[in-house]
Amino acid sequence: MRKTIGLILLFVLPILAVVLVVNTDKPMPTKLDKLKEKYSKKHVPGVDHSKFAQLNKKFARPQDITLECISCHTERHTEIMQSTHWRWLSDEYMKGRGIVSIGKRNILNNHCISVGGNEGTCNRCHIGYGYDSKDFDFSKAENIDCLACHDNSGKYEKEKEAAGNPKPDLDFAYIAQHVGKPKMENCGYCHFNGGGGNNSKHGDLEEALYEASKEVDVHLAKDGANMQCIDCHEAENHKMEGRLYTMASMNRGRLECEKCHSSKPHNDDIVNEHTVKIACQTCHIPIYAKVNATKTHWDWSKAGDLKDGKPYDIKDKDGNEIYLSIKGAITWEKMLKPEYKWFDGTAQHHLLEDKITQVPLVLNPLNGDYDSPDAKIVPVKVMRSIQPYDPEFKTLVAPKLWDKEVGKGGYWKDFDWNTSIAKGMEYAGRPWSGKYGFVKTEMNWILNHMVSPKEKTVQCIECHTRDNSRLAEIKDVYIPGRDYNAWVDNFGIAAIVLTFLGVLSHGTIRIVYGKKNKVKNIEEEENNE
Amino acid sequence: MNKVYIYKGFERFWHWMQALLIIFLALTGFEIHGSFKFFGFENAVKFHIIAAYGFIILIAFAMFWHFTTGEWKQYIPTFNNIKAQLNYYIFGIFKNAPHPTRKTQLSKLNPLQRLTYLGLKIVVIPIMVSTGILYMLYRFPQGEGIRSFVVAGLDTIAILHTLGAFILIAFFISHLYLITTGTNIFTNLKAMITGYEDLDEHENHDEVVEQISENK
Ligand code: HEM
Repeated sequence: MRKTIGLILLFVLPILAVVLVVNTDKPMPTKLDKLKEKYSKKHVPGVDHSKFAQLNKKFARPQDITLECISCHTERHTEIMQSTHWRWLSDEYMKGRGIVSIGKRNILNNHCISVGGNEGTCNRCHIGYGYDSKDFDFSKAENIDCLACHDNSGKYEKEKEAAGNPKPDLDFAYIAQHVGKPKMENCGYCHFNGGGGNNSKHGDLEEALYEASKEVDVHLAKDGANMQCIDCHEAENHKMEGRLYTMASMNRGRLECEKCHSSKPHNDDIVNEHTVKIACQTCHIPIYAKVNATKTHWDWSKAGDLKDGKPYDIKDKDGNEIYLSIKGAITWEKMLKPEYKWFDGTAQHHLLEDKITQVPLVLNPLNGDYDSPDAKIVPVKVMRSIQPYDPEFKTLVAPKLWDKEVGKGGYWKDFDWNTSIAKGMEYAGRPWSGKYGFVKTEMNWILNHMVSPKEKTVQCIECHTRDNSRLAEIKDVYIPGRDYNAWVDNFGIAAIVLTFLGVLSHGTIRIVYGKKNKVKNIEEEENNE
Repeated sequence: MNKVYIYKGFERFWHWMQALLIIFLALTGFEIHGSFKFFGFENAVKFHIIAAYGFIILIAFAMFWHFTTGEWKQYIPTFNNIKAQLNYYIFGIFKNAPHPTRKTQLSKLNPLQRLTYLGLKIVVIPIMVSTGILYMLYRFPQGEGIRSFVVAGLDTIAILHTLGAFILIAFFISHLYLITTGTNIFTNLKAMITGYEDLDEHENHDEVVEQISENK
């Protein structure tokens, strides 16, 4: 007996020791603290532009500021002129298609559909002055708007519906003297407001980030790392890191969390292994649109309803425009759980000339599946819309929406799809059958921002569960806890139940017979006596 | 009646450790499987893997013991008396008939036990261990780990592992019941705890078999 106990202890103690060792959280002050240290050092500029006499003057045109910039920074404009920020076009290799030049200039989305024909308003967010039509001269350096990104005074602003030109009454001398590295405000001015309103497009990029708490975004948080966009989106020669796959196609110039955090930042090996197939964002961005709502559905077919011949709009209690005569019915949502998709760093794009072969039409399908070496599961905001198309030619159409004046075909003034589409397609140089309908489309917006504190990370059970698994749509891989083989489970349960019943009935018969036998035995004994 | 030392120290220790580990592995395993919530998924995985290491170590020791002591011979299947043993469980047992086979130190398993335990030892447990180890080694295609040894997907591994787990539980239930079929309900349990069992020195094996046939 004593020997047995001894032996048991001999086995149990090492196992216990292992359990304790495995369970103690190793302190990991290393990487994360080093990063925090690194980003606590804020940049101190090497020059003070307010001391330059040539900036201390009256500027008749904003272009004259640009020329002053170039007079010192002599080659920077050449870098800019090759950038996507300037060209709104990028040469991309698209799988199965070859090299195509795509960008905001010619790609359709399912928000305001098309830049072409609408440059006057859309191009407020171009980093140039006067890009008001496809005839804009992209080689003219003086039209580069340095201030859009480099204004540090906070006073620079672009005029509405003026093709990227600034408001006329700004104090340009003061602004020119207060330039520096881009701040979040510079980036956010356009990137938070794309699609006609705060957080309208991305869902994870919005004005609340200016004053974010850690709950909203650990990187940008004032009470957290207090970083700026460009701390991650570093730029060498004006080439920014990071791409948005609503337009990009290739796996290049991407910005990944691993750049700072490595691919094995966790204490737990099993969690580290997940990083092979699961992007950091998938677990670390459990929800998006945390503060303000984002558009999730847009029905263009509802547009055009007028009251007394006049357009109107309806807002919800948070002030989001849920109906506009000019745009149709829009759904806004917040505190959203992402959808999840495989993504290998490349995407396809539906071009204006492409036929619609599947409904809903996905405008930018993400490539990748479980078997592709580079693919990881990423969180996605899927934007769903119902937008005009050509039912005869089976293509999308690019309507002209905006114009300053009535009668020029701009839908927002004339409310007539026929002239709007005719004008838009003519402008794009594409044929239109003369008929239009509305088709369901989807667009994938990969989520990268609004990283939550580690305590709020997605928990194992949120994916490894049979019901409502976050990864319910990822069907090409066996996920423990979510998946099972129905045959095996049914067989197994049947085996257990049958064994149990068998044992139960056998036992019952034994008890009943046992009693009978006892009586018989006693009787027999009595008889013998 | 004779007090016979039938289960040796290591054997008993091995038996009970195995019992504990299998129960614990089943508990944590089926939590991983999604059948219920108890420890929490993350802990269930952690505990399951720790217990699995324990189980593998135990199996290594047990194999060593079986071979060095020659006890493995206890599991050589015999087809003699299988019918008698079946008859006993189906009929004889209800009439208080004596066990058809004699339990001795040299032959402590009846023919049905031999078959069942051998099946566990060479089929079910090896399946559990091998699929379990593959499950642990699974590193996603192209992931870290040994390049030439990439487990492409979990489907087959996990499904076999689950099947084995169900079989073990079914075995466990019948095992719990069958140990009550000794001379009295607790005879077998006591033997596995103390190592000793009161065994008849049965005169002749065949006699017993005949007895059963008569009882029918
Ligand atoms: C040496 C033996 C064993 C090893 C190495 C082992 C290992 C594993 C591993 C690594 C997993 C997956 C955990 C994860 O999700 O990462 C697992 C799952 C599981 N194990 Fe075991 N295990 C062993 C024995 C057992 C035993 C004896 C049972 C039951 C009696 C069992 C039942 C299960 C079940 C039901 C699952 C869930 C399978 C699924 O749904 O995919 N395992 N095991």
